[in-house]
Amino acid sequence: MIRTPLRPLARILDARAKGENPDAIERENIRLRGEATRDKARMRAEGRLLMMGVMFLCAFMTVGVRMGVLANTEPQEPQLSESGAPILAQRADITDRAGRLLATNLVTHALYAQPPMLVDPERSADKLVEIFPDLDRERLVRDFTGARKFVWIKKKISPEQMQAVHDIGDPGLLFGPREMRLYPNGAIASHILGGARFGAEGVSSAEIVGVAGVEKAFDVWLRNPENNGAPLQLTIDLTLQSAIEEILDGGMKLMNAKGATAILMEVKTGEVLAMASLPDFDPNDRPAPLTKGDASDSPLFNRAVQGVYELGSTFKIFAVAQAMELGLVNPETKVPTKTPLVYGRHRIRDFHNYGPENSVTDVIVKSSNVGTARIVQMIGGERQREFLERMGFLEPTAVELVEAPTGRPIVPQKWPEITAMTIGYGHGLSASPLHLASAYATIANGGLRVTPTLIRGAAKGPGERVMSADVAQKSLAMMRAVVTRGTASFGDVKGYQVAGKTGTADKAKPTGGYYKDKVIATFASVFPVTDPKYVLVLTLDEPSENAGSEPRRTAGWTAVPVAAEVIRRVAPLLGLRPQEGPTELAGIQLVKKD
Amino acid sequence: MRNFIYLATALSVMGLAFWAYRVNYETQDLQGELRALNREIASLHEGLSVLRAEWAYLNRPDRLRELVDLNFERLQLLPLSPEQFGSVAQVAYPLPPEEPVSEPIDVIASTQALEAAE
Repeated sequence: MIRTPLRPLARILDARAKGENPDAIERENIRLRGEATRDKARMRAEGRLLMMGVMFLCAFMTVGVRMGVLANTEPQEPQLSESGAPILAQRADITDRAGRLLATNLVTHALYAQPPMLVDPERSADKLVEIFPDLDRERLVRDFTGARKFVWIKKKISPEQMQAVHDIGDPGLLFGPREMRLYPNGAIASHILGGARFGAEGVSSAEIVGVAGVEKAFDVWLRNPENNGAPLQLTIDLTLQSAIEEILDGGMKLMNAKGATAILMEVKTGEVLAMASLPDFDPNDRPAPLTKGDASDSPLFNRAVQGVYELGSTFKIFAVAQAMELGLVNPETKVPTKTPLVYGRHRIRDFHNYGPENSVTDVIVKSSNVGTARIVQMIGGERQREFLERMGFLEPTAVELVEAPTGRPIVPQKWPEITAMTIGYGHGLSASPLHLASAYATIANGGLRVTPTLIRGAAKGPGERVMSADVAQKSLAMMRAVVTRGTASFGDVKGYQVAGKTGTADKAKPTGGYYKDKVIATFASVFPVTDPKYVLVLTLDEPSENAGSEPRRTAGWTAVPVAAEVIRRVAPLLGLRPQEGPTELAGIQLVKKD
Repeated sequence: MRNFIYLATALSVMGLAFWAYRVNYETQDLQGELRALNREIASLHEGLSVLRAEWAYLNRPDRLRELVDLNFERLQLLPLSPEQFGSVAQVAYPLPPEEPVSEPIDVIASTQALEAAE
């Protein structure tokens, strides 16, 4: 680069000749040089700034583009996962206590149409109606030819139906994979399982949501992939459940009842081995709930848990047990039983006249309302309420069904003496059969509170003590006497030493008062009484045994024979050996070996 | 010498490129195989769950009960009842083995035999 001198000689001489100041030229040149330097520095700085800007732009663009790409691409599973993680079903299975399937998933397909892609909508609609007769042709044609871009046709189709639709050959008819919930045993244990339906639906999959029973109560658990496909194991035994449902169904028809329920519970743990409620339904095709009328008329109604009834004389044992616990009576104490007992404007009557006084055991054996009312008078309402609360009669049961909270007992607001007396023999307080079963299990468990459960392994340890073991033992002995010489004589199953208490309660009218000819017959039993293992509560709704000259409705004639048959069938299945054993040694000679 | 280094570098670059190329394709092959295997596992799992469901469906108590009723003549199955529990006392002892006849027995009672026995 050639530097321009500050004082170029030619211009200086020229300026001098003209008499101008040559310093002006020098200053001018210094100024020009300074400007040039400044411009150059500025250019360089601007260049650097530009460079920096471009670099930042590139960096931010890279980040932005990457974010956009990540946001817009379909999520993809890592192809090279080391474990080759098993492809899990969307919803875990439900099994019984022996691992037999109660609910599982089955892969199937849903059928949908994209009308713009349909070649011949009318023909396709005709063919579809041939395959699925329940479809409405007019509606299909309207959907296919209208402005709609997407139409669901069927939620679940079988492989045969899928092939038939394939054979129509229209490219606008498409299939989406679906997992559907399958209950292979049909109506067995339907009230416990509940049912499921599709939730949010997409083309490639649909959510399965539980709608009732354990399916709903454990909805989140069943859908949680963290469980690694482990099934939900219930305490139900499929064999027992099916046997009980079969006998209960027969018994219900024989006794002309409109509904029935039975609960079989293990005493030590509170595990429910079987819980049946009739009429039942098929959870694969769950009927719609009733929109009007009495909910208990619907097959969806779970009588064992939701049905709160006045359970009648089965409550008497609680009053007697409490009186014994408080030391007020012992099994031999005489109690006045003159009927009717007049209290204010109320009269308490017995079914028969049982004489002026009876021992406490006989009050239970003969099921005397008057005698029980007298015992409750000794206890008093406050203590009775507190005792029933500890037995769990004032709260809904803790069983793991979504319906459990709806089975809230109907408890009187006030608890005057007359209410206490009627509650003593089971009127005035409504509870579910499951409440009764857990209370009887509590007595059978030596007085330690038993909480019912449906989930295997969820049983808690022994509960709080409600009564002493001695009182529980005496109560059981009384219940055994009910079966050997009292109202439940039909319940004496040979070899299984059944103990129990019958209860026949008049049904309450919705308008107030009681029906004359409609009862709830209950038999609550414990077997075998020498070493109580199981509790069976069986309730028939409006039974009437018409074999005699006039219909018999008492539990002794209706619920007890059915319960006896249940015990006869179920006890061998539970592995209980009859305790007396066959007495004859048929065809065997006892020989003495010398 | 310099030429040799250039040549060696070029060759090694080519060798490495060839190696990378092969490894790349091998990996892609293996990935394809893995995908196929995963697909197979998934379809087998699906088949397994279908079979399990079918097994449960075929073994449902209602159906078994019907089958037992239908085939009663051959199977003669009835529900388990308490009478079917036996006790150990009902089982007969095995008969003692017959002892071999070691000496001839005199079947006609004679006086000599009686005397011999005494």
